[in-house]
Amino acid sequence: MKQNRRKFIKFAGAAAAALCVAPNVAKAASGGHAAPIMTNPKGLSAKRWAMVIDTTKLNTVEALQPLIDVCHKIHNVPNIDSNQDVKWLWPGSYEETFTEQLNPHLDDAVKGRAYALLCNHCDNPPCVRVCPTKATFKRPDGIVAMDYHRCIGCRYCMAGCPYGSRSFNFSEPREHFTEAELKELDPKFPTRMRGVVEKCNFCVERLAKGERPACVEASKGAMYFGDLSDPESEVRQVLRERFTLRRKPTAGTEPSVYYII
Amino acid sequence: MHYGGKIIIGLIIFIGLLLSPFAFNMGKAYKQPKLKLPAKEKKCVESLEFMRTKHMQLLDEWRDWALRDGKRVYVNHEGKEFEISLQNTCMDCHKNKADFCDKCHNDAGVSPYCWDCHIQPEGLK
Repeated sequence: MKQNRRKFIKFAGAAAAALCVAPNVAKAASGGHAAPIMTNPKGLSAKRWAMVIDTTKLNTVEALQPLIDVCHKIHNVPNIDSNQDVKWLWPGSYEETFTEQLNPHLDDAVKGRAYALLCNHCDNPPCVRVCPTKATFKRPDGIVAMDYHRCIGCRYCMAGCPYGSRSFNFSEPREHFTEAELKELDPKFPTRMRGVVEKCNFCVERLAKGERPACVEASKGAMYFGDLSDPESEVRQVLRERFTLRRKPTAGTEPSVYYII
Repeated sequence: MHYGGKIIIGLIIFIGLLLSPFAFNMGKAYKQPKLKLPAKEKKCVESLEFMRTKHMQLLDEWRDWALRDGKRVYVNHEGKEFEISLQNTCMDCHKNKADFCDKCHNDAGVSPYCWDCHIQPEGLK
């Protein structure tokens, strides 16, 4: 066969076109591969999880303590008696909770309450935006979750969070459990390790099994939990009927934790 | 050769040290570690061969599926369903980390950091 320039260019063009198309053809031919996984049919799901806390019922440190205990117990959160304490749920004063809604002549009853503080699971979470490793991320159901495997402990998220909802493990958390506490750890949930940040996870592991968050169950009806996108949900009903505040609305983070005042 | 003797002695010592592990283990046959297999269950999540060679990839995928995708049920090749969880599913049968995981891991000289956070079934001390 006689080679000439025209034939060579034609052949090169055809070969280049085939190289472009071949990988896609191969992919289409294999039909794609779906992962062999599914959600638990018993699990709870929502488009936007939210929590409403009735501070007319739940407003003292003593009343909040059982809720904190159950949360920290099932998530293996140690109690560290210093400013390096790890907190998922904790009490705060009015000034700490509603920094933008202060006035000097506020009702003493409202001002004197203790407020349950936790991660607000914001619609626009600054912690997620600043995380360099995507260790913290927003799930489609609105929960701001963490993958501790991937956290490098840079603490940008702690600087980004306007609510102080995140705690850093300055030391090995397991060393802060007493020997008795080590034996009583919840075997269903991991602990964390030194050098990672942690926070409330809205009990994703319980929601996946069809259970409501532990603090909501322990609150004896003083906390409401449900789907914010469903007008008939428990949280939407209570938000229609009662006056509520959210923390630091001007930060633009759109928290999904509401406080009935 | 300048300093020839010293160089050659040095080389001999170096090669001797380099080969010492081989000499040390010569004639010994490699014995596979004896694992304690679960009593209550005969079949793992996938086949024995798959679990032996690919359990790390499976665990890696399990972690992302459960945490990132929120899908916590795994369907194996026989259609059986499992909760995706190291602590609650794997270690529910493999009741002892020291008798199972550690045996091969120590032998192969790998130290995965699973148990820095996850709690082994025998508990913490």
